[in-house]
Amino acid sequence: MEMPDTNLLLKNLAEEIRPAMNGNTCIVGIHTGGAWLAEKLHGMLGLKTPPGLLDISFYRDDFGRIGLHPEVKRSEIPFDVDDTDIILVDDVLHTGRTVRAAINELFDYGRPARIRLAVLVDRGGRELPIEPTFCAFRGVLDEEKMIDLVRNDSGLLELKFRSRE
Amino acid sequence: MQKNIQINQHGELQHLLTIEGLPASMLHHILDTAESFVGVTEREVKKVPLLRGKAIFNLFFEPSTRTRTTFEIAAKRLSADVLNLNISASSQSKGETMLDTVNNLSAMQADMFIVRHSQSGAAHLIARHVAPEIHVINAGDGRHAHPTQALLDMYTIRHYKRDFHELKVAIVGDVMHSRVARSQIHALTTLGVPEVRVIAPRTLLPRGVEKLGVHPYDDMKKGLKDVDVLLMLRLQNERMQGALLPSAQEYFKYYGLTPEKLALARPDAIVMHPGPMNRGLEIDSAVADGPQSVILPQVTFGIAVRMAVMSILAGN
Amino acid sequence: MKIHIGNGRLIDPASATDRVADLFIAAGRIVSIDEKPEGFHANQEIDASGQIVCPGLVDLSVRLREPGFEYRATLESEMQAAVAGGVTSLACPPDTDPPLDEPGLVEMLKHKAKNLNLAHVYPIGAMTQGLLGADLTEMAELRDAGCMAFCHADKPITNTLVMMRAMQYAATFDLSVWLRAQDASLSRIGVAHEGEVATRLGLPGIPTVAETIALSKILMLARDTGARIHLCRISSSEGLEMVREAKREGLPVTCDVSANHVHLSEMDIGFFDSNCHLVPPLRSLRDRDAIRRALAEGVIDAICSDHTPVDDDAKLLPFGESEAGATGLELLLPLVLKWAEDDRIPLVEALARITSRPAGILGIEAGAIAVGKPADLCIYDPEQYWKVEPKSLKSQGKNTPFLGYEVKGKVICTLVDGHIVHRPH
Repeated sequence: MEMPDTNLLLKNLAEEIRPAMNGNTCIVGIHTGGAWLAEKLHGMLGLKTPPGLLDISFYRDDFGRIGLHPEVKRSEIPFDVDDTDIILVDDVLHTGRTVRAAINELFDYGRPARIRLAVLVDRGGRELPIEPTFCAFRGVLDEEKMIDLVRNDSGLLELKFRSRE
Repeated sequence: MQKNIQINQHGELQHLLTIEGLPASMLHHILDTAESFVGVTEREVKKVPLLRGKAIFNLFFEPSTRTRTTFEIAAKRLSADVLNLNISASSQSKGETMLDTVNNLSAMQADMFIVRHSQSGAAHLIARHVAPEIHVINAGDGRHAHPTQALLDMYTIRHYKRDFHELKVAIVGDVMHSRVARSQIHALTTLGVPEVRVIAPRTLLPRGVEKLGVHPYDDMKKGLKDVDVLLMLRLQNERMQGALLPSAQEYFKYYGLTPEKLALARPDAIVMHPGPMNRGLEIDSAVADGPQSVILPQVTFGIAVRMAVMSILAGN
Repeated sequence: MKIHIGNGRLIDPASATDRVADLFIAAGRIVSIDEKPEGFHANQEIDASGQIVCPGLVDLSVRLREPGFEYRATLESEMQAAVAGGVTSLACPPDTDPPLDEPGLVEMLKHKAKNLNLAHVYPIGAMTQGLLGADLTEMAELRDAGCMAFCHADKPITNTLVMMRAMQYAATFDLSVWLRAQDASLSRIGVAHEGEVATRLGLPGIPTVAETIALSKILMLARDTGARIHLCRISSSEGLEMVREAKREGLPVTCDVSANHVHLSEMDIGFFDSNCHLVPPLRSLRDRDAIRRALAEGVIDAICSDHTPVDDDAKLLPFGESEAGATGLELLLPLVLKWAEDDRIPLVEALARITSRPAGILGIEAGAIAVGKPADLCIYDPEQYWKVEPKSLKSQGKNTPFLGYEVKGKVICTLVDGHIVHRPH
C-alpha cells in the first residue's frame, strides 16, 4: 500500500467534513493520534468550541487481558454533550473496537444529537459493524503491519508504517 | 526473611499493603491514573465499565463506615460488584479464623479483597495466603499502614503544591498509634520531600521514629515554623487513658491546631486531616473550615485514588 | 547391654577433652575410656569415625505441653524430638495447665516421662500457686517430688513483696530460683522489641528497660535474700552488662540465653513473620552482638532451646495475635555449632554451654563423659547438612524462624543411660 502525503490527506478530510457541519457541530479526538488531528481540524474548520479529548483506557474491552494502560490521560469534553452534533476523530480505523469504546464513553457524558466518525485512514480489518462517515484514504493493510500517526517536535503529523512486534 | 510480596515478578503491583518499598515512579503512576479518574467523577455518569464483572470484597474486621464507603463508591464507579462484610461480629465469634474467612470468600471467586483489621500485619498475612489471581488492598492494619489514605494525601499535596522537592511537611498528633502517619512518612520521603517533621508529646512519638527519615518535635510552635503542609492526625478518645495524655483540654492547648498556631506556618500552607475530625481536640473549627483547609477536597480525591489503585491492581 | 563406641572424636567440656578415643559402656554407665576392659564383649559396636561424641545435651527450657496443651504437642512427640536433637536431660517450666504447683502433678509428669524411656525430665516447680503471683507453693514438698528449681515461667510476679518472700523461702531450703527479667507493666501489650522495626511495622513494643528494671529488682533481692538465682533468657546488651557486674561482685547468679537470640534480631521479623514472635522479643543487632560477646566471655553460662511447640493455627494470625515461641529441641545443637563456627569458638567451649554448664545449673550428674558416669551421650556428624522443614522435625511444633534454612550438624545417635534411644537408619 502506497501512502499519500499526510498533510494532503488531512486537507482532504477537512474539505470532506466542511459541508457537513452545522452550527451545533463539535469535534472530539481519540487520544493520541485522533486528538492531534482534532486540534488541526478544529483550526482548519474554524470551529469556536474547543475540541474534546477522549482517552478510552477505562472503556477498553481487553483490560482483562492486558490490564490498565500505563499512561492514562484525563478525558476532557469542554462542552455539553447533550444534543450536540459530534464528529469523533481518529487517525486509523482498524478493528473498530477503539471507536466502540469512544462512543460508549461519550454517552457517559450525555446524549449527543448525532455522532459521526472521521478518520484519516481506513485500513480494513473490521471486527465490529462500524464505518467512517468521513475518510481521507482507504486501503487494505496486511495484518502484520501497523500504521501510526506520529508528531514531530515542530508539530508536523506524519503517518508511518511499522511491523507488529 | 520474607520478601516484599506486594510487587510481582514483573515488577508490577500485585497487592497494595504498604507504601514502604514502592518506588517513586509507581507512586506517581498511581497519582497520574487518579487524575484521570477525577475527570470521571466530575461527569454526568460517574462510572466507567473497567471492572465489570469483578467481585470486590470489603473485608472489615474492624468497623469503619467512612473508609468502607469510600472503597465501595470507588468500586461501584468502576462497575465492580462490591460485597461488604463486617466480620468483627459474625464469624470470628464462632471460632472461624481470619484465614478461614478468606478461604471461604476466595472460593466464591473473589477478585479483590479490601482489608481493614485492628492488628498490624493482617493484610500481609492475607496477601500471603490468597490465590495468585486475587489482589489485596490494605485499608488499614493496626498501627502499621493505610496506604490509600497516604496516596490521597499525596494527591492532594501534589494538586495544591505541584512539586514535592521544596516542601516542609509536618505530621501532627498521635504518631505512635497512627497507621496513617507511618504511610504518610514513607510516601513523603519516597516522593522526595526534603523535610518531614512529626510533632507530638513524647508519649505519642514512637521510639526510633527518626530512623524513618523524619525530624521529631515535641514543641508545636517550633515544629510548625515555615511548613508548607500540615497533616493533622486523629486523636482517639481512648488515648486519654493509659497515662498517655492528661486531658483533652491540655492536649488542645498545646497540640490542637488553632489559627494562632497555624499562623506560624507559611501563609500559603494547606491543612489536611484524614477524618473523622475531633473538633476542639486536635483541630479548631476555625481552621478546619478555614481558607487553608483542604479537608473536603481530600475526600473527593480519595475516591479517584482508590479507583486508580483498584484498576491498576485488577489489571496486573 | 554393652556398647563399644569406636574411633569417635571425644569432646568432653567438663574435662576439657578433645581427642579421638573409644568408649566402653556397660550397665548404663561408662566403664572405660580408650582401654577395653578385661572380658568386655560388646553387644553393639558403634563406629564413630569422623563423628563427634559428646555428652548428651542438657536443655534448660523445654515446654513439653503436658498436661493441658496436648493438642499442641504430646510428651511423647517432644521427647522423641529431644533425643533426635541429642538432648538427654531437659528442664521443663511449670506453665502447663494446671501449672506444676503441686507434688502430685510433678510426680505424674516424672512418671510418664520415665515410662517413655527417652530423655531425663527435670520439672521446674512453680514459685506461686497457679503461677498467679500471690501465694507461695510448697517448695520443699515439690523438691521432694522432683522439682530441681523454682520459677515463674513467663508469668509476671508484679508484687515485689511476693517475689522477695519467694526468694527468702527458697533460700531457706537452698533451692535455686530461676527468673526471667521482664517488667510486667512495661511489656503488657508489647509483642516486639521497642525499636526501629516495631516502629516501622507499627507493633507495640517491649522496651529494653522492661528487662533492666526487672533485672535490677531481681539482683537487689538476690543480694538481700541470699537466694541462688538463675537468670533466664537475657535479651539485651544493657541486661548483660548488669549480669556481668553482678558476677564480678560475686553474687551467686548464672544466666542463659535462647539459641534463637544468638542468631536473630528484630530485623528478621521482615514483614510480620510470626515465627519470629518470641519471648523475650528479638532485639537489635547490637543486642545480638552483645549476647555473642557475653557468651564468649562466659557471662552467659548456658544456651537453651526455649522449645515452645506452637500449632500452625496459633501462628497463622497477625503478628500481635499470634502465639509467641518456636520449636527448638532439634535445632539447639546446629545453632550452637553455627555460633561456634561464626565466632571461632573452640568446640569444647561451645559444647560446654549445652552440656556441662547447664548440668551444673540444674544440679544434675549429667553433662560429662567420665568413667562411672551415666552413659548419656550424643554422637553427631559435624559435616552433615540438613534442611529445617516440617517433615524433618520430630516435634509436633513445626514453627521456627529457621524454617527453610540449611543447618550443619546432624545427630546420628543418642544414648540415655547406656541405651540407644535415637539412631535413624
